[in-house]
Amino acid sequence: MWRYAIPLLVLSLLMVFFWRGLSLNPSEVPSPLIGRDVPAFTLPELREPERLVTEMDLVGEVSLFNVWGTWCPGCHEEHDELMYLAEEHGVRIVGLNLRDDSEAAIRWLDRVGDPFAISAVDADGQVSIDWGVYGAPETFVLDHQGRIRHKHIGPISHEDIEKRLLPLIRGLKEEARQ
Amino acid sequence: MLAEIGQIALILALGITLAQAWFGIAGATRERLDWMQALPSIALGQLVFTAVAFAVLSWAFVSNDFSIAYVANNSNTDLPLIYRLTAVWGAHEGSLLLWCMLMALWTVAAVWFSRNLPRVFVSRAIGILGVISAGFILFTLLTSNPFERIFPIPAEGRDLNPILQDPAMIIHPPMLYLGYLGLSIPFAFAVSSLIGLESNTTWARWTRPWATAAWVCLTLGIALGSWWAYYELGWGGWWFWDPVENASFMPWLVSIGLIHSLAVTEKRGAFRNWTVLLAISAFALALLGAFLVRSGVLVSVHAFATDPTRGVYILIFLGLTVGSSLALYAWRAPHMPPGGGFRLVSRETFLLLNNLLLVVAAAAVLLGTLYPLFLDAMGLGKISVGPPYFNAVFVPLMLPLLFFLGFGPYARWKRSEAMELGNRMWPLMVAAVVLGVGGTLLLAGPTGVMVLMAMVLGLWVIFSVFVEPVSRFRKKGWKGVSGMPASIWGMLIAHAGVGLMALGVAAVSTFSVERDMRMQPGDDYDVVGYRFQFDGVRDLEGPNWDSIQARFTVTRNGREVTQMFPEKRIYRARPDPLAQVALHPRLRRDLYIAMGDYLGDDYWSVRIQYKPMVRFIWLGALVMSLGGLIAVCDRRYRLGNGRSTRPSGEGAA
Repeated sequence: MWRYAIPLLVLSLLMVFFWRGLSLNPSEVPSPLIGRDVPAFTLPELREPERLVTEMDLVGEVSLFNVWGTWCPGCHEEHDELMYLAEEHGVRIVGLNLRDDSEAAIRWLDRVGDPFAISAVDADGQVSIDWGVYGAPETFVLDHQGRIRHKHIGPISHEDIEKRLLPLIRGLKEEARQ
Repeated sequence: MLAEIGQIALILALGITLAQAWFGIAGATRERLDWMQALPSIALGQLVFTAVAFAVLSWAFVSNDFSIAYVANNSNTDLPLIYRLTAVWGAHEGSLLLWCMLMALWTVAAVWFSRNLPRVFVSRAIGILGVISAGFILFTLLTSNPFERIFPIPAEGRDLNPILQDPAMIIHPPMLYLGYLGLSIPFAFAVSSLIGLESNTTWARWTRPWATAAWVCLTLGIALGSWWAYYELGWGGWWFWDPVENASFMPWLVSIGLIHSLAVTEKRGAFRNWTVLLAISAFALALLGAFLVRSGVLVSVHAFATDPTRGVYILIFLGLTVGSSLALYAWRAPHMPPGGGFRLVSRETFLLLNNLLLVVAAAAVLLGTLYPLFLDAMGLGKISVGPPYFNAVFVPLMLPLLFFLGFGPYARWKRSEAMELGNRMWPLMVAAVVLGVGGTLLLAGPTGVMVLMAMVLGLWVIFSVFVEPVSRFRKKGWKGVSGMPASIWGMLIAHAGVGLMALGVAAVSTFSVERDMRMQPGDDYDVVGYRFQFDGVRDLEGPNWDSIQARFTVTRNGREVTQMFPEKRIYRARPDPLAQVALHPRLRRDLYIAMGDYLGDDYWSVRIQYKPMVRFIWLGALVMSLGGLIAVCDRRYRLGNGRSTRPSGEGAA
């Protein structure tokens, strides 16, 4: 009677994942969107809902596109690093506030500091699906033509910035100048 | 020298548990009466030696023995005595020692209360408990020895984590652990019944009080944790869907399913394999919780210091115990005799729905909790699954559960007339709809459909509880009510608790008001009719902390309601400041002030919150556990060797 063995199979499957979870700790993945233009979208701005943010706001300058929400502990964790990027290195960061309460998001930004040049509100998560977002936080690095060049999943650490993001951003700015 | 005594006691306890496992399982298999008769003294020995180890560690904390690394990391000479005692379980190693001792306590209780049950069945179960205890003690000794020395001996300890220096933290971990570990007894009984292929369903009756007792402890433990998070963390949230919370929530959900499924198995012989599977799953989820919390595979706000070897150990232990019992299930379950059939409208159906909804809910929580781990394991990076997911899947499962809950106790076993049930219940449904919708709209104004439904269903559950006592009163007067069996009282009270909690959750998640303000002394601010005036700040000094205390005067319509004193505390041995929340609790609402950072120029960031009916959540949990406690005390469970003298027609479900 194979159906009585289903629970055992489920457990075995879980054990495989747990085992890998213990030994592996990757933080980077290739996204199918890398090298492509950013997906088209039209969303309200966080502080000025009558103003619309579109994919055109991501063209013309090297920028970061950061998906976040006040409900996400990883976003709180990386917040200082985003502030550092925006304030110390003048990196333009566009925020995508995912499935959040806009009022709470504004209050939070007012309290801890706002690293975002523009914040788009993705209340129902439709746009983040087009971007292939698994969850928050995720950060995309875009070149001046609005192409996705790099995707970072999970909170950004200081090491990520120094080793990976800043060199990449400098390279892209160089590219834009030529 | 003392630490070594503790260490030796723990090693001896390990030897004793191994003996318990051997004498229990082998004694039952070979039917060696002398081996099985030794079990009570062996179990007592396990309790004595784990208690000695625990006492030694406690004494090390009392006497500030910083030569023990664990004490040096988690205590301080300035720490008040009561927190030095609770610091024993304030971090990983000591909490495991507590875990071992509580496991021994359950074992002794199981031996004592099962002394009239068939010896072979019980011995096998006690042997299985021995395997589990041995696993935990070995884990403590191999990976997390609380008695490890450090050299050079530090002059001062690093102090207990400040957020744990709190009364609720004194009882929260022991309660939660009692709940987790209590689930080992239904597990052991279920596995023992699989091995012995118990032909009758009496093992379900023996298991019921244990499952209920463990669930009561879990309920209290979770509620305390939620209450603590509410007033200590300063966010004003009472549930965060954090992996560690979910780790306790999943066994809780499954054990509710187990309690109800056991009722069916006991009364009707049905769902037998399902019940066994639930008993195994509930304990497996408790172990899984331990794995998630202590291995560091998931990111959580209150994970213990992580160490991969610990994760590997728990994983192997989980695989061996749960894997072998599930293999046993795959082998034996097909041979279990089938149970009685039932019609579509019957109590069995309602309990089946209950089980289905609870298990699906637990599976949804499991999926959400493990999803980041799955992605990580497949090399797809780290993410967090937040409350949006959990609320989206969990709430729609709970609403039908509340709806069916109202009917369940009043449907008959085997078959029931839908018309009769409807005739009996419709006035309550109408009353719940009128009061729920009307009351909510009147008090809170126009609002969403979900919250109205939750309010109506919460009231519906509470009203439905009164049907039984009222109909008994009509038939036999007060004698009928007072003669109601404890198990029915327990069930009805627990169900009322569910209703209360539903009302609280619905109200607080919908109508809470939260304001983050920038205030200086003299400023005032209005929240839902309450005026909060910031009077000023002053310095305070505690035994091991310094603090800045603010004073707020709260008025309503010009009349003073209360004065509130939120603090910002700095524990001297730790760098980060901690907000000490000021609360003004009432049954219908809480006022809540947490001090944030000093912004300069006399300005402070202040978070003011208005939390309607938040107390109903913990009140509901308290009422639920009271119901469980009453059900555990039902005398039916204490009669002889389980052959009931009372016709089993009217048991609780």
